[in-house]
Amino acid sequence: MSRQVEQAAPVPPQLDRADVRVKHEAGLSGAIRAFFDRVRSGDLGSLPVIVGLVIIWTVFASINPIFLSSSNLVNLLFDSSTVGVIALGIVCVLMVGEIDLSVGSISGFASALVGTLWVNQGWPVALAILAAIAVGGFIGALYALLFNRLGMPSFVSTLAGLLAVLGLQLYILGSTGSINLPYGSNLVNFGQLLVMPKIVSFGLAAVPGIVMLITGLRTVARRRAANLSAPSTGGLVTRAVAITIVLELIVFYLNQARGIPWMFGLFVGLVIAMHYALTRTKWGRSMSAVGGNREAARRAGINVRLIYSSAFVLCSMLAAFGGVLSAARLASASQQAGTGDVNLNAIAAAVIGGTSLFGGRGSAYSALLGIIVIQSIASGLTLLDLSSSLRYMITGAVLAIAVIVDSLARRSRVSHGRA
Amino acid sequence: MVDNPDGPVPTGELVLSLRGISKNFGAVSALTDIDLDVHAGEVVALVGDNGAGKSTLVKILAGVHQPSSGTISFRGKQVALADPSAALTLGIATVFQDLALCENLDIVANIFLGRELNPLRLDEVAMEVRAWTLLNELSARIPSVRVVVASLSGGQRQAVAIARSLLLEPKLILLDEPTAALGVAQTAEVLNLIERVRDRGLGVVIISHNMEDVRAVADRIVVLRLGRNNGIFTPDASNQELVSAITGASNNSVSRRAERRQAQQDQIQEPRP
Repeated sequence: MSRQVEQAAPVPPQLDRADVRVKHEAGLSGAIRAFFDRVRSGDLGSLPVIVGLVIIWTVFASINPIFLSSSNLVNLLFDSSTVGVIALGIVCVLMVGEIDLSVGSISGFASALVGTLWVNQGWPVALAILAAIAVGGFIGALYALLFNRLGMPSFVSTLAGLLAVLGLQLYILGSTGSINLPYGSNLVNFGQLLVMPKIVSFGLAAVPGIVMLITGLRTVARRRAANLSAPSTGGLVTRAVAITIVLELIVFYLNQARGIPWMFGLFVGLVIAMHYALTRTKWGRSMSAVGGNREAARRAGINVRLIYSSAFVLCSMLAAFGGVLSAARLASASQQAGTGDVNLNAIAAAVIGGTSLFGGRGSAYSALLGIIVIQSIASGLTLLDLSSSLRYMITGAVLAIAVIVDSLARRSRVSHGRA
Repeated sequence: MVDNPDGPVPTGELVLSLRGISKNFGAVSALTDIDLDVHAGEVVALVGDNGAGKSTLVKILAGVHQPSSGTISFRGKQVALADPSAALTLGIATVFQDLALCENLDIVANIFLGRELNPLRLDEVAMEVRAWTLLNELSARIPSVRVVVASLSGGQRQAVAIARSLLLEPKLILLDEPTAALGVAQTAEVLNLIERVRDRGLGVVIISHNMEDVRAVADRIVVLRLGRNNGIFTPDASNQELVSAITGASNNSVSRRAERRQAQQDQIQEPRP
């Protein structure tokens, strides 16, 4: 009875619900309506890439059923992880509205460094990897210096870097041209064989849902205490359960074959860490601010040069790390490593995944989604026994479509007042 | 004299003192030998024609530009405002004419830009509550603080920019055309706010082209003309005096227009018996 009395008492409006002019969608149907409104106004998020992925998978699966077999998908995850890590770095530079065209060369140089230092010079493998990443960071710092102090556009400085670093790679590989990494070593096993035990993979797949539920409930409690509107607990539980079920089903399917590669687990871990850093820290907020309006960020007291430097350094370090992973995947460090389509695949992955080329908008998850799209195309065309000529053309078309969608969505956001 | 630089400012204390500030952009002297004093609990209005150097002066005080020569003293100490964060740290908050907001971020993010609570794990709830408090103080009509600034009207953006300047509890607030895009009610709120801020013992520098607003709140009116000091007035100075100081002559387009109107009226009245 006393509860009813409490509810009948006039409730002061919540801080963020005081304005009567604004519609607030509530409940499941409201959430769906709000979603469609958002999409119509050009705030697409990950929708285009998920639609694209469904189309690509449907087409390839209908031509060759092996495409969707769990063993093929496990291979796809192995392949995705290497370039995916590089694409994650690209997300960083795109967030601040810059570009790094030399990530392919840096990855190749890093793999060559690991090969020389570890196999030829006899360094411990961990030290060789760290050295390669540090050299990557140094190259990024150089770009940042050119950009911040000399005002050199990143497009040009990294284009110069593309050639110069490729030259370094060829130089340290010398006349032999390629170094084989020993089979059976931990690094090569990691890149080619190691998968999670089934129980671990099921356990890890449950983590996102649990974390989402716990942090979500804590936020709801805090918002209620602060007299702010809070999402319904029911919706939160529904979302967490749905995500857990989907992830567990994916893991179950992949466990029919070899299982989830540890390398892919590492990649996803990096993606989640980057997502947290970009959305939940001051650094991430500053990255978006610098990408959105550089002068406003400067006047707000943000050290803009430091933010640019962090983006360039992080991108090059992730590129170097991606190079180490691809050396492990191929069990070799060769003159071809990092050349060809690595560069553009990494950039395309970030853009296809929904990170804007115009700066200020993006998500770490775009690297994950984008690289799966690109590797799906590559894997599907390989299964069809089509030459790489077709692969280039189709990947190019998909990239063009992604950029067109980005531009159109941006225009629509501007006209709907959501930049 | 000032033992505790972070403590409350006694009313009447000289907060800001500029001596001989000059700023050259290449061959153009935007400012020449500007002197300006702002005391605690005082509203100083900077007026002048377009190109008089008002915004340049504000940008120097905000640390956006550095003066070519001259000294800036803040609370008795000579300071160098090397960049915007130096000015913010000292306690000089600025509302820029172009507002300097990030359109891709939401209102909470813009208000707390560069000063986020809990840098390694942003405290969104506390920031949102504080954002609402600041905006409600301004009686701003904002539908939600979780929408991006791109979707706001000019007046709403201005309210956000002003709310942001109040966040840090500054000692001196610079407002560059704070009421330009505001409606009638919001303009009154901003003027109320300026008075409230003054009563709290802060120094306020306001730039405005609206003489009515200037007279309503200013304790002193400082006129700039072509980058130089051109007189200091009290709010009860006549419009004629102000206009001639701003335009630099008693015979100016404003006075000529007034004379012409007067002559026309006289002509209309003459034929009557």
